Amino acid sequence: MEPIWIVLIILVVIAAGVVFIYNGLVQRRNVVDEAWNQISVQLKRRHDLIPNLVNAVKGYMDFEQETLTKVIEARGAAVSAQSAGPAGAAQSAQAENFLTGALRQLFALVENYPDLKANQNVLQLQEELTTTENQIGFARQHYNSTVRDFNTSIQTFPSVLIAGMFGFKERDYFQIEEADAVVPTVNLRDEPPQAAPPAAPSA
Amino acid sequence: MTASPAPTTFFREIARNRRNSWILIFVVAIVLAALGGAIGGATGYGWGGVVLALVVAFFMSIGSYFAGDQLVLISSGAKEIPQQQPPDQYRQLLNVVTEMSLASGLPMPKVYVINDTAPNAFATGRDPKHASVAVTSGLLEKMDREQLQGVIGHELSHVGNYDIRFSLLVGVLVGSIALLADWFLRFTFWGGGRRDSDNDRGGGGGAAAILFIVALVLAVIAPLIGRMVQLAVSRSRESLADVSAVELTRNPVGLARALRTIADDPEVLEVANRATQHLYIVNPIKSFETRSKSMWDTHPPISERIAVLRGLAGQFGQDPGHIG
Repeated sequence: MEPIWIVLIILVVIAAGVVFIYNGLVQRRNVVDEAWNQISVQLKRRHDLIPNLVNAVKGYMDFEQETLTKVIEARGAAVSAQSAGPAGAAQSAQAENFLTGALRQLFALVENYPDLKANQNVLQLQEELTTTENQIGFARQHYNSTVRDFNTSIQTFPSVLIAGMFGFKERDYFQIEEADAVVPTVNLRDEPPQAAPPAAPSA
Repeated sequence: MTASPAPTTFFREIARNRRNSWILIFVVAIVLAALGGAIGGATGYGWGGVVLALVVAFFMSIGSYFAGDQLVLISSGAKEIPQQQPPDQYRQLLNVVTEMSLASGLPMPKVYVINDTAPNAFATGRDPKHASVAVTSGLLEKMDREQLQGVIGHELSHVGNYDIRFSLLVGVLVGSIALLADWFLRFTFWGGGRRDSDNDRGGGGGAAAILFIVALVLAVIAPLIGRMVQLAVSRSRESLADVSAVELTRNPVGLARALRTIADDPEVLEVANRATQHLYIVNPIKSFETRSKSMWDTHPPISERIAVLRGLAGQFGQDPGHIG
């Protein structure tokens, strides 16, 4: 076979390899983006459920207006933090964490109201909120798996070459700061975090 | 109680199980090739026999591939739960399946309930887009949320690991072995003998006779070896599903407690039989389960499965004592 053919064949094989690897990187990156969106979807679900919950318990918990108000405010803070998009991810995570604490406090209070405890509506909402918390957690976990997968592809040979050539960048893991990793036992007399990055809420 | 094995990472466990199952497939393929070669040489049909057996076994499995899940669901009396407006009692079940679906990145499967007091569950479907998960009403009653999550995690892992497809692959190989051996034995004892004594084919009479004996021996033991390997593969994929469930839930104690509850439950799952036993999370045929380590089991013994989960518990800051 003449050398020109050999060279051409080698070039074709290399080109095919590049295409294959490039497509793989694109796919993994898209999976990462989708997983990130999924987190936002779950967070929104939670925000939407809370007004229902507050309405369901409002009638029974006359003495706990302050608590209920705090929950609504925490929700509001979380919603506005989320609207800042990926740029405000850290604040969003913190606001969501605070909201989780507020909700747990609320459900602890529900224990004191036997009528409420037995209320089907409340039980269902409790389950919905539990599953929403879980779904948020799992969405984040899955996001981290996809990031790990993508980052590994970018870092390993030979995809590292293609990644460099076409500008694929590593993605960040979803991390909760140490202070927030333990859900704060929120005293509902505290203010929920404001837009500017605050210190961790006091216990 | 067995002592806990050394704490291990689930990634390593997962890799180990995958490797083992592929090694086993390789073994089956070798057995098939050896049998095919011996028979082909002895009868003079060459590789034609193996090819024919594979084709027949393949077509026998095709129905199972496309419609197997429906058959199993119907024969177990499973009723689908509508996901748009679920009845209140099944909301939690659907929520848990949704959670596991999110954690795995798999599409939401169809969810079924089987009306039986014995706690058990299975997953079926040729790929994640056509998957179904079924649980018994007994399981829903007897398990708490954490245990249910572990069980669903295990079942969805079967889907994500393409285990149904995997078992079909093994089934085709083992089925070919059985077919080939069967044909050869009939051929030998019911009219094939004359052909061979013609000595037209191959080398001298001595070599042909030896090959014939080898083929005969293989025809008898190969199906047994095939079946044993098939069961070993099944056990390996069950272990893989257990550890994959932990990758999803990050909660080994939950699944371990679920397995404990199922093992301790005296009820017998009435809709299960030998044909469907391998699909369930715990072998529903009680007499099989109470035997300790056996190579004829589709599932590893529960004590072993719990021990593996115990070993993983430390990784997640869990106290294995909660398993009971």
